[in-house]
Amino acid sequence: MTKDLRNHVLVLVVLLVLWQAVYLFVGDLALRSPLDTARAAFGLVRSEGFGAHLRETATAFATALAIAIVLGVAIGFALGMNRLAGEVGEPLLVSFYSLPKITVYPIVLLIFGIGMPSKVAFGAIHGIMPIAIFTLGALRNVPPVLIRTARVLRLGAWQSAWSVLFPAARPEIFTGLRLGFSLTLIGTLLGEMFASQRGLGFLLMQAIGLHDTDLIMALTSLIVLFAVLASMMLLACDRALRHGS
Amino acid sequence: MNMAARIAEAHVGLTGVTRVFGSDPQTQVKALGPIELELRKGEFFAVVGPSGCGKSTLFDIVAGLSPATSGKVTFEGRPLTGSAVPDGIGVVFQEDASFPWLTVADNVAFGIRRAGLSEAEVSRRVTATLALMGLADFAKAYPAQLSGGMRQRVCIARTLVQRPRLILLDEPFGALDQQTRLIMGEELLKLWRETGATILLITHALDEAAMLADRIGVMSARPGRILDIVETPWGIERDSRVVSDPRFGDITGRLWSRLREESMAALATAGQ
Ligand SMILES: Nc1ncnc2c1ncn2[C@@H]1O[C@H](COP(=O)(O)OP(=O)(O)OP(=O)(O)O)[C@@H](O)[C@H]1O
Ligand SMILES: [Mg+2]
Repeated sequence: MTKDLRNHVLVLVVLLVLWQAVYLFVGDLALRSPLDTARAAFGLVRSEGFGAHLRETATAFATALAIAIVLGVAIGFALGMNRLAGEVGEPLLVSFYSLPKITVYPIVLLIFGIGMPSKVAFGAIHGIMPIAIFTLGALRNVPPVLIRTARVLRLGAWQSAWSVLFPAARPEIFTGLRLGFSLTLIGTLLGEMFASQRGLGFLLMQAIGLHDTDLIMALTSLIVLFAVLASMMLLACDRALRHGS
Repeated sequence: MNMAARIAEAHVGLTGVTRVFGSDPQTQVKALGPIELELRKGEFFAVVGPSGCGKSTLFDIVAGLSPATSGKVTFEGRPLTGSAVPDGIGVVFQEDASFPWLTVADNVAFGIRRAGLSEAEVSRRVTATLALMGLADFAKAYPAQLSGGMRQRVCIARTLVQRPRLILLDEPFGALDQQTRLIMGEELLKLWRETGATILLITHALDEAAMLADRIGVMSARPGRILDIVETPWGIERDSRVVSDPRFGDITGRLWSRLREESMAALATAGQ
């Protein structure tokens, strides 16, 4: 726990120092200093209208993540519980996972139009595959002796899936969720950048169009801050699930 | 307790039991049998045999984990079909089967909690079993914090807490070092005396079989049959010191003379 915290702080410090160094090198033309960025970020957070954009992105991301988790875990379980389905399904999952999702974006737009459903879909598409792949792998890696033990302890099929298979696979599934979390966030923001009139992604796109370096830096730093804090929390949960092993 | 009284009744019976894997006559494997065997109530029976002869297959059939291809298996007079493990049978595997997401106490409580015992009864039994297995100080620890021997103890405790009348162990100490094996063997003897359960122990270690068992079944190379049953003269209060008894060498010698040819046969056919 404390070691994780120390590592995170260390990474943060190194990044800040690098940032400052690059800034000193390239100057105000392309970059802002960490301090200026922090100031701009504060201003942004307090500005009128920011709350609405933030809420929009938060709603889209939360919805996309929920869909990605439910569908990803369900697909993983469906394939993991059935040998044949797994053998057929896994190559499909992996090839879809490695496909740059941006290539299906036009199709998503055609189906969902511009706005919330489209962003949610784009976010979820990014998250489902890694979650499904990790869930499938996690179920495969459960030692057969644990399943035999469930039978010996006279558990039914559902009981054994719920109280042995699932907890045995849980740490690895959670690792998939961590990955799915970051990818869903990226997907949602990308969705907002290209097909939305609201949200942080839209603001970012607008700032890029206007060459508003202050705004770009402020937004980016806020998003990175959120991602880092969330990943710290998830990592701590991950560790807790592994019970010192 | 009187030995003769303890072992009078039949507890498990196998007649003409075979097991064939696969349905295609070209590729199917005759793994076992035919086996004729009777385990007496309360006895400690060990099975030794060359590797791949069908010991684990026999084990699964007696546990009710998988069906025999032909023949009849009974436990306490009722037939075993291989579809479910009946009440009264407890099983310990060679591999570490402790649940890493549960504490030692919760691991041990797992089976009886699901069987619907009251929480008070569960905690009473768990406490007693942990004490019996020398795990009392580790109740709140997780398996990852324990050594291999301790984890196997957790698995044995999880089985014992159900108060099985027949305990099956498939090479339970196979993954442990020699000293730990001897100690665990002694503890198994103690448990056997205290619980009065019938024990079927599968092992590849002849000295372990000779030290622990009342009777030792020697199996042939695959498909495994019972070639010989060797009785040991140790009293019920035996422990690991029997290894220095002169008769100990006679017993392991006799086991080995029966096994030598079978082991060579098993090695010769291993690649096929
Ligand atoms: N599910 C299965 N399908 C096909 N063959 C099997 C299966 N299980 C076991 N066998 C074969 O049956 C034979 C007996 O296997 P078994 O595991 O019972 O032997 P064993 O005596 O326990 O071996 P070991 O000493 O290695 O533990 C082996 O030749 C094995 O390859
Ligand atoms: Mg075996």
